[in-house]
Amino acid sequence: MKQKFDIIESTCVPLPLENVDTDQIIPARFLKATTRDEKFFGDNLFRDWRFDAQGNPKPGFVLNDPRYGGCILVAGKNFGSGSSREHAAWAIAGYGFRVVISSFFADIHKNNELNNFVLPVVVSEDFLSELFASIQADPSVKVRVDVPAQTVTNLATMRSEHFEINAYKKYCLMNALDDIDYLLEHKDKIEKFEQSR
Amino acid sequence: MNTLFDKIWDSHVVSDIEDGPTQLYIDRLYCHEVTSPQAFDGLRARGIGCLRPERIFCMPDHNTPTHDQDKPIEDPVSKAQVDALERNAAEFGLTYWGMNDPDNGIIHVVGPEKGLSLPGMTIVCGDSHTSTHGAMGAVAFGIGTSEVEMVLASQCILQQKPKSMSIRVEGSLGKGVTAKDLALFLMSRITTSGATGYFVEYRGSAVRSLSMEGRLTLCNLSIEMGARGGFVAPDETTFAYLKGRQYAPKGADWDKAVEYWKTLRSGDDAVFDREIVFDAAEIQPMITYGTNPGMGMAIDGSIPADAGRKALDYMGFEAGQKLLGHKVDYVFLGACTNGRIEDFRAFASIVKGRRKAEGVTAWLVPGSWAVKAQVEAEGIARILADAGFEVRQPGCSACLAMNDDKIPAGKYAVSTSNRNFEGRQGPGSRTLLASPLTAAAAAVTGVITDPRELL
Repeated sequence: MKQKFDIIESTCVPLPLENVDTDQIIPARFLKATTRDEKFFGDNLFRDWRFDAQGNPKPGFVLNDPRYGGCILVAGKNFGSGSSREHAAWAIAGYGFRVVISSFFADIHKNNELNNFVLPVVVSEDFLSELFASIQADPSVKVRVDVPAQTVTNLATMRSEHFEINAYKKYCLMNALDDIDYLLEHKDKIEKFEQSR
Repeated sequence: MNTLFDKIWDSHVVSDIEDGPTQLYIDRLYCHEVTSPQAFDGLRARGIGCLRPERIFCMPDHNTPTHDQDKPIEDPVSKAQVDALERNAAEFGLTYWGMNDPDNGIIHVVGPEKGLSLPGMTIVCGDSHTSTHGAMGAVAFGIGTSEVEMVLASQCILQQKPKSMSIRVEGSLGKGVTAKDLALFLMSRITTSGATGYFVEYRGSAVRSLSMEGRLTLCNLSIEMGARGGFVAPDETTFAYLKGRQYAPKGADWDKAVEYWKTLRSGDDAVFDREIVFDAAEIQPMITYGTNPGMGMAIDGSIPADAGRKALDYMGFEAGQKLLGHKVDYVFLGACTNGRIEDFRAFASIVKGRRKAEGVTAWLVPGSWAVKAQVEAEGIARILADAGFEVRQPGCSACLAMNDDKIPAGKYAVSTSNRNFEGRQGPGSRTLLASPLTAAAAAVTGVITDPRELL
């Protein structure tokens, strides 16, 4: 959903696993929908880790643990690897996450998050492991993500890091504009390019 | 600098956004039924059409059943998704090859085989295995649905230019060692994230000597190392493969095209952001033991001591265990990775004169109707039938189990597909990725077997 980004302060949901692939984020059998119904995808986020075959919540999984909540997902490195399915980003957005913090994102999934107004924040391994420790010690710990200043702060330790986002994408996120709006404004350039080939 | 990747990328730059991405022109967009419906909805919501419909080709492949394709799809949700693609293609004036049409098949098998994917092109599809088309000497990569909408609307995409990586494999692959084993070997060394942020050029004598089918398999798996794409510079093998294909240039246009394609190589002074070299002689037939494609080993090896607990619990394996002799329940030959004619020839070379093992369920799924026709024309279908195997109808099938070909929970499948993620081939399924030769060896013995013993 297009929504403007500014400063976000929230508790976090920790998922300290590496190489979480998009088949786990949203299994293929949920890709048959022909509409972008974020609630449907959100309800099935991490479906097979979150529910058993009968649809009962698995008590051990973090999304079923009442201690954790908020609009920031914190995940281990290489988050979103594998399939290009944008449904994974729709599921994350549909569940209510606005930010995903990890030390490393898979390329396609990172773009998919950005195109769905979910902000992937890349932090150092060190920052990430300290953040997992802070959340484990106290689930009510908050993180502040300041998009204009491009900083992420663990409010338990006040450790802060700068994160990268290019100026164009930052402008898009802060003004709720998408790439297609941009491309359609510059149609003349496309025709000129085709003629020059 | 001065890599082939630079040449192709730079010749497609429409504009550079200051401190932002590049606006890249796209020569070819492929659409399948799973990742496109919401993009077409987006066009309707904006009240716009496709800028260059003649550059866009659509076909369903993920949901199609591998039997009785002349009848309607039984699963109503799958049927609705396939029908939506047909409706959207008609509404937006795009070429559409429907289920059971002799032109249909897995999009990454059909594109090269029709000569739609050509050297020097930029090619995208809402599918991570779009990297396959890199085998033609093209810059090809998977994109999300919002990006599909971008290309439908503007024939362009906004992307950050990736870095370039050279993976050079020198020497000859040993007996029973295929392009699939080479790719699984690279993943086991580079890991599933080691090439993230890069575009890979595969080089060296071992790569050069691969057939087009082998190169398609190798490039297909680039994404499993995290790379956005991978390609092989076009050469005589490429030109011989393309000549006479339906959409390849003809007559004087062909000569002109080949002349241009011959210029598509990295300069002798090319500088890559990263270069890796491997010796082909080191590579054995490979098999995976875990839940990502980087968790692979030589078929006669033992599961490493540091393999992740979660993955081994899921697979029902122990660290230190050997997999040779382990019981196999299912064998799957097919997918955009290994569903081409050469893969069927390889499989048949092992099963010829043998019988399918009792207790093994085998699904042999050609990548397209054209592959199926060739399997029949070459007499391979006969060899397979004599050994107790049936050739099914084309589609993605058990690779991701969106149709009714699902591996049951807890069962072991030796699969020629591309991913062994938890639940990938059906909830609870246990996948061991391997080559068509290794899959055939498992199919006739009922256990994991070194294919070199049966060659």
